[in-house]
Amino acid sequence: MDNAPENEPNKVPPLPSSISLISTLGVVAMLSGFLVVLVYEYTKPIIAENQRLATERAIFKVLPKASSRLTFVIKDGQIKLADDKTKGELIYAGYDAKNNFVGLALNAAEQGYQDIVKLLYGYQPDTGCITGYDVLKSTETPGFGTKIATDEQFLANFNCLDATVNQEQSGLINVIKTVRHGSKNNPWEIDAISGSTITSNAVGRMFNKSGQALHPTINKNLDLLKSAKQQRGDHGQSK
Amino acid sequence: MANQNKEDTPITMDVFTAGIWKENPVFVMMLGLCPVLAVTNSVENSLAMGLASIFVLVCSNALVSALRNFIPKQVRITTYIIIIATFVTLVDYIIQAISLDLYNKLGAFIQLIVVNCLILGRAEAFASKNSFGKSVISALGMGLGFTLALVMLGGVRELLGAGQLLGYQVFSLNFQPWIVMILPPGGFIVLGSWLLLINYFEQRKTGKLVAEDSASHCTVSQPRS
Repeated sequence: MDNAPENEPNKVPPLPSSISLISTLGVVAMLSGFLVVLVYEYTKPIIAENQRLATERAIFKVLPKASSRLTFVIKDGQIKLADDKTKGELIYAGYDAKNNFVGLALNAAEQGYQDIVKLLYGYQPDTGCITGYDVLKSTETPGFGTKIATDEQFLANFNCLDATVNQEQSGLINVIKTVRHGSKNNPWEIDAISGSTITSNAVGRMFNKSGQALHPTINKNLDLLKSAKQQRGDHGQSK
Repeated sequence: MANQNKEDTPITMDVFTAGIWKENPVFVMMLGLCPVLAVTNSVENSLAMGLASIFVLVCSNALVSALRNFIPKQVRITTYIIIIATFVTLVDYIIQAISLDLYNKLGAFIQLIVVNCLILGRAEAFASKNSFGKSVISALGMGLGFTLALVMLGGVRELLGAGQLLGYQVFSLNFQPWIVMILPPGGFIVLGSWLLLINYFEQRKTGKLVAEDSASHCTVSQPRS
């Protein structure tokens, strides 16, 4: 029994050396890295261009009178001219063919039912109105949460949603909030979509949060935003 | 020796067609059901997921088969996962480059192709034991079968859930969409219905075969899978 025959059928084959195992994994990992880098480098400019076009499309959708736009960044209560690659809170100012200021496009985001919902909305600082939005990212329930992009009654809330800044320039005069379907009485209230209350509430919360944080700073720097295009001449992104 | 024998068998039409119907990954093997249920709320999403899966399946099977003699048994699963993850990363970048809208619609399910048991299963059960050409052909068949199943589910769900097909209105505007069909329960309902229908016809076919065999005193009947 001690001297088992060498050709025993159930004998465990010898393990390959660690060097062999590690080198196999190393070679496969290198090959993998090479392929990923190759495709990443090739697709990077295309993806960046797609993202730029998507942003551009959204900006001109929420600012239909704009024929060109400039990008600004809000930092420490100040607004500075920037480009699309700048890190921070970016806002987009739209200008008509005569370089007159026609409004702003601002980002807003809030947790919805499934995931974060991201919008780009139009804001008119002169009237204090939010004048519409475009959905940048949403994975809300089809047929329910997705109605925020299609429900005409809901979209009518944003013909002029009141987001006026108070006299102290510290926030909004009225808190923007979503109310139960059919119970809207004030211009700063959003009439919810029946059956998709969570997403409707998310829209109200994100506009209030964005309005309280950005609109006072925008109002303080409105002259800069209005004159920037004329000072820069024809520079900036056009339609 | 067994592996050697498998490699020696010629590439037949069966290698390609088995995955499409006889061994369909969804309707017969019930593999990769997570994306099947999750992304099939429209034909467009189903097609995109199917094509992405075909790409990953064919490329990973090709590479696994090409390297099968160099990969030690002890690290084979790790190696397969690295290979699959590589191609999933590539397909992720490619879809972003083709269409950001589509990429946003498919969400995390593109990255989750890594854990689709169909792909790892085919690498382990087929590509690691068969020649390069055979592995690629089989993967292509399996991928097409997977895509066919996705589109069959997506077509029914989009038609009943939105009254549309590939975004085009099919039913009149008076049609009241069955919202449940594009919600998660709709995935289960439609998959169950397809399985019921397919198995019903298969059983009828098998029954007929058995009857014919009995009539001709033949005792052999071949099940579908």
